[in-house]
Amino acid sequence: MSPILKVENLSLMIDANALLKNISFEIQQGEIFALVGESGSGKSLTSLAIMRLLPEVISVTSGDIRLNDTSLFTLPEYKMQKVRGKAIAMIFQEPMSALNPVMTVGEQVAEVLRIHLGLKKEEAKAKVISLFEEVALKEPEERYSWYPHQLSGGQKQRVMISMALACEPEILIADEPTTALDVTIQAQILTLLKQIREQRGLSILFITHDMAVVAEMADRIAVMKEGKIVEQALRENFFTNPQHPYTKALLQDARALKEERDNSQSETLLEVKNVKVYFPIKKGFFQRTVGYVKAVDGVSFSIARGKTLALVGESGSGKSTIGKAILSLVQSSEGEITFDGQKLTGLNNVGLKPYRRKIQVIFQDPFSALNPRMTIANIIREGMESLKVGPQTRKEQDAYICALLEKVDLDPSYMERYPHEFSGGQRQRIGIARALAVEPDLIICDEPTSALDVSVRAQVLSLLKKLQKESGLTYLFITHDLSIIDLVADEVAVMKEGKIVEQGPVQKIMNNPQHPYTQTLLASAPKLPTSE
Amino acid sequence: MNMTLTFLWTDIMVWFLVVVLIAWGWVISRSGQVKKQWHTIFKSGIAMASALVLLFYLLFTLLDSVHLRFVADVNENKQSVQYQGEMVSLLDLMFTHNIENSERTYSAPFATHEYVKSIVVDEKGVSQQVNLPLKHVSSSNHFWKDSLFALLVGAGIAFFFIVLHLFWRRRTGKESKLPWKIAYLTLAILIIAFTWLYLLSFSYHVLGTDKVGGDVLYQSLKSIRTGVLIGILTTLIMLPVAIILGVSAGLLGGWVDDVIQYLYTTLSSIPGVLLIAAGVLSMQILMDNNPQWFESTLERSDIRLVFLIVILGITSWTGLCRLLRAETLKISQVEFVTAAKAFGVGKWTIIRRHIIPNLMHIILISIVLDFSGLVLAEAVLSYVGVGVDPTTFSWGNMINQARLEMAREPMVWWSLFSAFIFMFILVLAANLFSDRIQTVLDPRNKT
Repeated sequence: MSPILKVENLSLMIDANALLKNISFEIQQGEIFALVGESGSGKSLTSLAIMRLLPEVISVTSGDIRLNDTSLFTLPEYKMQKVRGKAIAMIFQEPMSALNPVMTVGEQVAEVLRIHLGLKKEEAKAKVISLFEEVALKEPEERYSWYPHQLSGGQKQRVMISMALACEPEILIADEPTTALDVTIQAQILTLLKQIREQRGLSILFITHDMAVVAEMADRIAVMKEGKIVEQALRENFFTNPQHPYTKALLQDARALKEERDNSQSETLLEVKNVKVYFPIKKGFFQRTVGYVKAVDGVSFSIARGKTLALVGESGSGKSTIGKAILSLVQSSEGEITFDGQKLTGLNNVGLKPYRRKIQVIFQDPFSALNPRMTIANIIREGMESLKVGPQTRKEQDAYICALLEKVDLDPSYMERYPHEFSGGQRQRIGIARALAVEPDLIICDEPTSALDVSVRAQVLSLLKKLQKESGLTYLFITHDLSIIDLVADEVAVMKEGKIVEQGPVQKIMNNPQHPYTQTLLASAPKLPTSE
Repeated sequence: MNMTLTFLWTDIMVWFLVVVLIAWGWVISRSGQVKKQWHTIFKSGIAMASALVLLFYLLFTLLDSVHLRFVADVNENKQSVQYQGEMVSLLDLMFTHNIENSERTYSAPFATHEYVKSIVVDEKGVSQQVNLPLKHVSSSNHFWKDSLFALLVGAGIAFFFIVLHLFWRRRTGKESKLPWKIAYLTLAILIIAFTWLYLLSFSYHVLGTDKVGGDVLYQSLKSIRTGVLIGILTTLIMLPVAIILGVSAGLLGGWVDDVIQYLYTTLSSIPGVLLIAAGVLSMQILMDNNPQWFESTLERSDIRLVFLIVILGITSWTGLCRLLRAETLKISQVEFVTAAKAFGVGKWTIIRRHIIPNLMHIILISIVLDFSGLVLAEAVLSYVGVGVDPTTFSWGNMINQARLEMAREPMVWWSLFSAFIFMFILVLAANLFSDRIQTVLDPRNKT
């Protein structure tokens, strides 16, 4: 059987830099082919090259892409137009920006049908509704006249898929289609894609950085690194017998290694009792309060000194708000937060100051967490000066900062540089150093690894573990990523809609969840096959 | 000769600004990141050339902002106060020959005779219509010789400066990637053009004369100060208002935000010209009622310029304020501000250390963008009649006078032409420079 899509020795250049180096792969009819790699490895460029949508500054230096034996690079533009959408369709990571916000979703799909297949208005509408049914969008006739902002992220992605399927393409390119979605939604979308593949015999080029998703989806896998394909294998062989050292390292990093935990008991450091955070909804000129958003609705938990509690939940569940409430950055409407025997709720700014140094925070996005106009030294110094921690003369402070940078495995000579000179992982380390500068007891880690690549994620997590062992830090680890909980947490609390639905020791929750929501959550999370 | 240095209000503002600029330059030279940005700005040849042009204009502004007062013979019996010690700027001193040798009426550039015919009765008693010769150019008429000499002198001066700079560059011995060739070329053109105009102005009215025989070149050069002052000082006045209100609206939110938003929405919904006209006219009445405030007409027109600047400043902060408010809202939600709050850092420190530095690019871009707009606004307002004092030299006033000259036959074109060229070069340079600043500083342009 001849392959439906064949990429041969594709090389791309920008100026004098090679972006892709001799990429070759084939996709068979009805196959899901996964392209895996970390950010900047050239996965998305490959897909853009297939669609011939590369920016003009990038030139194709060699190679060919063949769709059913027609070379795509030799087609004139008007014929390529027909290929796009009709033969090859694409879905993107961010469904919100891919949909036109001022057109109803039904119209947008119908437009594609009218242009490519020349359907009449009524026929198109009927077709759209049947497509919506196929992608399991509830009440398809009603959804036809909805606008994108009225739909949830998962529903938008379904609309995108139906639009991609509208002209019955032979190949679907899915560029990180589930990265922006919650775990349960991700599971639904992945199942949907598999179903469609079976019903239509569609080929899918699946681009992702997530090894677990690959394990769920792919028939064949290619691993990309720095513009090259380092390994191609069938799924059966890929996970059990990876060949290339880079693949091995990736899989190693993606697998959460269970560590030995000491089960020693220690005293309670932080206790959160029945905390509620309500945000008032204000309207009108005089800012009358017309209602409340219940971000956190009666949450209680406690963390023992030197332990880690993982707070797990999907977006909008209120987990970050709890973090802010503990930091006293948002007022809790009700309930008590007790830290080391001292009630924090109700303290004013002056009273809080001694506790500011005890509780610190690490953020999700390493790019926005550091002020781009300050040097690394000044970023770290800020807390020391404000809270009067550590040495107060500039020279001693510099020595102290040097030591801190070494502690988080960074070169002390970076001190006078600015954040933009660093990679995501390095910035996250700087963020950790900043928190450590004031010698805190408790660090709230707000999704510290979800913006990082797999290998960097593993490094940052092991750094956090190391620091905990050395200095007896306590972590409140806020995350949506179930795969790392095994690695970091001693206890887990699962949040849904502002409430904790289940909490307990990590083994108990992960292996024997009681609450139906926890069960769905765990079932939805894609899993890597364990190596032998 | 006895003289004292005197300062008009606008002089004080100009020199204060120079001090601020020098201080700012010192701050920049200490911060590596900002220094690098400015280096990038000047890497473009266009930016370098337009910056030099702007500097040239600034030089004239400064020359025209040092006012001297010569003490006339102190005579107790003398009643006339207003002529005693009229102020003279350095620029006036340079052009004394043009001020003193004013003609009777219009004359074209480089003309030897008046533009209009006058009736002359000769010795025979016959009245004739003749173009009378000009006083200033009566003696010699060696246009090409003079020009060649002026060009050579100009080239000599330019050469001197360039060699001086080359020597300095060699001594510091640093490799620089700045487009010095373009800078030298621009400098040479500017110096040669100016020396040519200046040297020829001793024997000609290079750009002609106006209705009452005043030299147009001198007027155009004097107008530089008015234009540049309005362009820079207005921004200086509106900047603190815009920054303070914008940042506090964005950061504090709540009722503060409501009040400030209400204020600028109201202000920006009133037509600008109407507001300025109302402001200028009421100031005019205030000044008419208090003639004892001013010792000379120059002081009087200077106060009027200050008022115009203040009024323009008060009416033009809304746009920048709105931008800054939005940006502050955005920045205050970013995580590094949250981190600072978690360190217990105070509100003022957050504003000073985290918010203002991240607003700097917007502020800078809006300063340079507004500059050219304000120079043009002055021209429009003076044309309408609510701008600077009619006795102040300004391009707007020149254009306003040219309105009738254009209707004459044959047309008197040189006043309008000179005002237009001088203004055009300034505004073009400012626009090109601001374009470059925007490209470099705006983070959205980074790839």
